[in-house]
Amino acid sequence: MLEIRFHGRGGQGAVTASRILALAAFNEGKYVLSFPFFGTERRGAPVTSFTRIDEKRIFLRSQIYDPDAIVILDSSVMGSTDVMKGLKEDGLLVINSSKPPEEFGTGRKVVTVDATSIAIRHNLGSRANPIVNTAILGAFAKADQNVSLDSIVEATRTASPRYGDENAAAVLDAYDSARAGW
Amino acid sequence: MKSMAQTKALVTGNEAAAIGVKLSDVRFISAYPITPQTTIVEKLAEMVANEELDARYVEVESEHSAMTAVFSSELTGVRSYTATSSHGLLYMHEMLHWTAGMRLPIVVSVVNRAIGPPWNIWADQTDSMNQKDTGWLQVYCESNQEVLDTIIMGYRIAEDRSVKLPLMSMEDAFILSHTSEPVTVPDISQVRDFLPEFDLDFTVDFKNPMGYGSYSTPDGPFMELKKDMADSMNKARAVIEKTYRDFSESFGRDYAGLTDNYMMEDAEFALVATGTLASTAKHVVNLLRNEGKKVGLVRVKFFRPFPSEEIVSSLKGLKGAGVIDRSLAFSDGGSLYSEVSASLYRKADVPLTGFVAGLGGRDVRVEEFRKMYEMVEEGSEGIRWINTKGGE
Repeated sequence: MLEIRFHGRGGQGAVTASRILALAAFNEGKYVLSFPFFGTERRGAPVTSFTRIDEKRIFLRSQIYDPDAIVILDSSVMGSTDVMKGLKEDGLLVINSSKPPEEFGTGRKVVTVDATSIAIRHNLGSRANPIVNTAILGAFAKADQNVSLDSIVEATRTASPRYGDENAAAVLDAYDSARAGW
Repeated sequence: MKSMAQTKALVTGNEAAAIGVKLSDVRFISAYPITPQTTIVEKLAEMVANEELDARYVEVESEHSAMTAVFSSELTGVRSYTATSSHGLLYMHEMLHWTAGMRLPIVVSVVNRAIGPPWNIWADQTDSMNQKDTGWLQVYCESNQEVLDTIIMGYRIAEDRSVKLPLMSMEDAFILSHTSEPVTVPDISQVRDFLPEFDLDFTVDFKNPMGYGSYSTPDGPFMELKKDMADSMNKARAVIEKTYRDFSESFGRDYAGLTDNYMMEDAEFALVATGTLASTAKHVVNLLRNEGKKVGLVRVKFFRPFPSEEIVSSLKGLKGAGVIDRSLAFSDGGSLYSEVSASLYRKADVPLTGFVAGLGGRDVRVEEFRKMYEMVEEGSEGIRWINTKGGE
């Protein structure tokens, strides 16, 4: 079973990101669960969401404490929340940041992508509140081969029928420009 | 092949409930929105607006009025539905008694959410456990598939001539209501073959006016009508079993009846739970089985009628059982523990541990399930509070 935890801020699309990833895996015939943890729902507050992927039915319904991957939509939450908590030794960290992965020296596999600039370039959200959830999934696809890039692009289009082309382009841009280091 | 007509979709528990309502040809919906039920009635309002669902949707100013509205529409012979949660369900309480007493087989979805104070929007079954004495059938679901299928089966069971009692179907807040999961969606023609058209013996008829639920003196039919309700609640057991068997045949999905036993064949110890706690418990039973522990799970699916016989036959001869409540009754722990204890009285001598866990949405992790199992194995009796700050 693959367990992924998303951290972001209200309005960035962390909940949708976990659902798009689940949809991509579901379309590949896998069993999935995608669920948010809602605190007080407001823009700007830290938000956590979760995706589980397995070949067989999943019964485990608690939150994710030992993730295989952590996806951070907003690196500023790293100051206020212990986002790394429980990440497996061989786990993966995907961070929305313009910095190179080496600057997040954690001993784990790290991938960084400037999802904010990509989102702005593709007119996703506004300049002040760019929606980075689809771009960050492009970086995830590059670092983790459990779900294919094609499935993520297709699920992104399904989840965003109005801005399907823009979001799909953001996924591909992020896939190309993501930097890996460990 | 009938099962060919079904499609697979990734939906939340609340979407699954709305789809179940649409497939059941519900013709009248009235509701008041409350977190975390809101997305059920939002979806239904959208279906009605898009003419995907040929029903009337009536917004009201409170849950008491919502239940009164569906009560009234059902009395005109129209299949009706509402959904609520937490304080909304408590506000309906008086009308729950009236609906059951009037023998109106309405189906209601309840998204289990904590009761304040303090305010809390997360999973807790105290809201629906509070309604166990209202004469409604109660089902606690463990997956989104079960949420969808229970609406369809629920109308058939409730509307059965020997039952004619309303049914509430529960889903844990967020853990099902807002969680996306693969669900097989039946075709509506398949559902129509399975679920007969709604038929009520005494509907409002303006050409032949009658009084409904009017008045009874102590010597009147009051006590006999209550006994008839209690008898019907017992008759529901056979209807549930038959409906589940027929459902398996028509849709290819197997459901157990009032309880769902998991790895119980050679078990020496058991956990007993409802809703999504039972789902995670199955995961933990698998882990413990891999470590050689002879443990199983009894999932109490129907809380009304209560599966007393099933509990006795499942637990008889075990070295110990742990009953997990995600609700509080102030009797001694929660209602599930009380009713399991009462069922065993003079029928089976099994050491019982009662657990109060996950109130107000506190997450119940694998490690807590392991701890509960260990306490059962050690023969710890009485009530234990799980993962509370300041001890058990």
